[in-house]
Amino acid sequence: MDNDKQQTADNAAPDGDQATVIQLEGVSKTYEMGAVQVHAVREVSLSVNEGEFIAITGASGSGKSTLVNMIGCLDVPTHGTYFLDGENVGELSSNKLADIRSRKVGFVFQTYSLLPRMSAIANVELPMMYGRWRDRRKRAEDALEIVGLADRMHHKPTELSGGQQQRVGIARALVKEPSILIADEPTGNLDSRSTSEILDVIKQLNTERGITVLVVTHEPDVAAIAQRVISMHDGEIASDRLQVPADQQESATEQPSGEPETSDEGTKRRSRWWKSWPIFGRTPARQTS
Amino acid sequence: MQPHDILRAAAHSLGANRLRSALALLGIVLGISSVVVLLAIGRGVSVQITEQIGNLGSNLLFVWPTTSEELTIRDLNALRDPQFAPSIESAIPEKQTYARIDYQRKSRGTTIIGTTPDFLTTRNLKLKAGVFVAAPHVANRSEVVVLGDTVAQDLFGNRSAIGSQVRLRGNVYTVIGTLDRSGGGGFGSADEQAFIPYTTVHYRLQRERAISGEITLSQITVKARDDADVNQAEQEVKTTLRASRRLRDEADDFSIFNQQQLLDAIGNVSRAISLFLGSIAGISLLVGGIGIMNIMLVAVTERTREIGIRQAMGAKRRDILAQFVTEAVMLTVGGGLVGVGMGIGLSLLLQSLQIGGEDGLRAVVSPGIVMLALGVSAGVGLFFGIYPAARASGLNPIEALRHE
Repeated sequence: MDNDKQQTADNAAPDGDQATVIQLEGVSKTYEMGAVQVHAVREVSLSVNEGEFIAITGASGSGKSTLVNMIGCLDVPTHGTYFLDGENVGELSSNKLADIRSRKVGFVFQTYSLLPRMSAIANVELPMMYGRWRDRRKRAEDALEIVGLADRMHHKPTELSGGQQQRVGIARALVKEPSILIADEPTGNLDSRSTSEILDVIKQLNTERGITVLVVTHEPDVAAIAQRVISMHDGEIASDRLQVPADQQESATEQPSGEPETSDEGTKRRSRWWKSWPIFGRTPARQTS
Repeated sequence: MQPHDILRAAAHSLGANRLRSALALLGIVLGISSVVVLLAIGRGVSVQITEQIGNLGSNLLFVWPTTSEELTIRDLNALRDPQFAPSIESAIPEKQTYARIDYQRKSRGTTIIGTTPDFLTTRNLKLKAGVFVAAPHVANRSEVVVLGDTVAQDLFGNRSAIGSQVRLRGNVYTVIGTLDRSGGGGFGSADEQAFIPYTTVHYRLQRERAISGEITLSQITVKARDDADVNQAEQEVKTTLRASRRLRDEADDFSIFNQQQLLDAIGNVSRAISLFLGSIAGISLLVGGIGIMNIMLVAVTERTREIGIRQAMGAKRRDILAQFVTEAVMLTVGGGLVGVGMGIGLSLLLQSLQIGGEDGLRAVVSPGIVMLALGVSAGVGLFFGIYPAARASGLNPIEALRHE
């Protein structure tokens, strides 16, 4: 499994520079609501490199969730083509899509979407049930440790705070080493303190493990930590700009805002990310709310 | 998804809703337990009948006259002739009458059967004490009697009857033997009968001759050779009797009763009874199955979000299908296990109640019945679980995730 992953990453990056993970060309999504056609996404073309941290903003109904759902292979485009890691996803059967979700995509939801009757560790193990994974328990423990919940493994979601539940959700998304992490309003239900903790964790996954991150949000604070902000309006991309992430601004004030740190470092790290696990064990501040 | 994951997930979801699972089970439990009990009763009946007939031996043919033209000694001798009937091992006469047997102040009406020594082995009867009618007794028309178990009990209680003098139509007979209890039989239990030489019946009790002057018989029991085909023996009996009775174009004036045919007929009847009882129980299973389907449909609706989450985590359609079908089958097999337990309990209870006495209603649970019941319960789960599971696996992940 590890080899597969590396190969995919290497193949997709023939020039060894920035590999394109997500390639959308003229993608539209149209829903039939009775007699009315709803154009949720219109003719969107988008290219995302490996290791990018992207915020997708826009008013509700602007099509941002539909867009990430297609990127996450939960939904298929009505028109247009979508390549994920070089694979044309638009033409795949629901089984193949499930397989891609299982191998490449990690989801973090606004409402955490944990299975309420299962313990944290069982929730984190869940995605590995749908693939051939060894040492599931160990991996789940490691993932929970990364998000700082090593001591809450056997708690049910109802016994955890919102921030903790979301951290379980992140552990569940990262446990299968996804190529892309899609977080749809991950902090929408959290207070500001939990929000910053969750963002820290997501940011770490991006910078230290090189996972490509797409965060859907309408909170400016959240969008501020991304390197690239895509703003959606009426199903179309209204703007797509690079920025210096808020947490790097003090140290990198001289850098021109058009050229932020790219994913180069992330890409290199990604290929040997497991070696970084021990140093990665530093736990974010505990959630107390 | 690995099988043990599926089983674990199914057990987990069922365990989370224990009361509902238990209530959904109830229909299956009742259905399966009634299937088990009814099949056990059906089997009990057939076991009982087969045992009673098996007591007689399965290679026997019974010949009766069907007109006023009685069977005679000549017919018997013809059947005993190996040239006419090579498949026949022995032919035993029975000359039957009814008389009272008196002993001291006790008296009992009894069927008296006049016969020959090999009656005992042919009919699979066992002596409790003394001896059976022997060849010299037949030759000498001796006034000796062997008593069936109930007759002996009625007249002598627990005392030994051997050597005692009893009266039969005014004549004194010596009791030379008593029989073991044989149980109820289809042709009148030997327990209720008394046996004397057939010559004695003819010359001392019931002087009755055919027009030809031959000694008449009420029945001939023919035993086929062990290695011979019973149907072949039956054919030989028929040809031989037609010859000895000088029948040309007339229809048979006797009838032959084949033990095997009787067994088959009873087998068919008991199978039909089992089927009938089983299908009544099947209706309750059907109702139980619909209950399972109902509960699974509710579960699918209720857990739409869970399904969406699993799909987002990479669950394929078949994973979701397998999970819900497994839940349904686990429910019904669980119900089946409880039902089989209850069914066995009820069957044992029925057995111990001894409805209709010792030889009355029996309920016999066999491994086959248990396997059938468990198989049927799994089948019910599969059949009624497929549709809800298909609905679950067909959900669109986006809509499922949005479901509240």
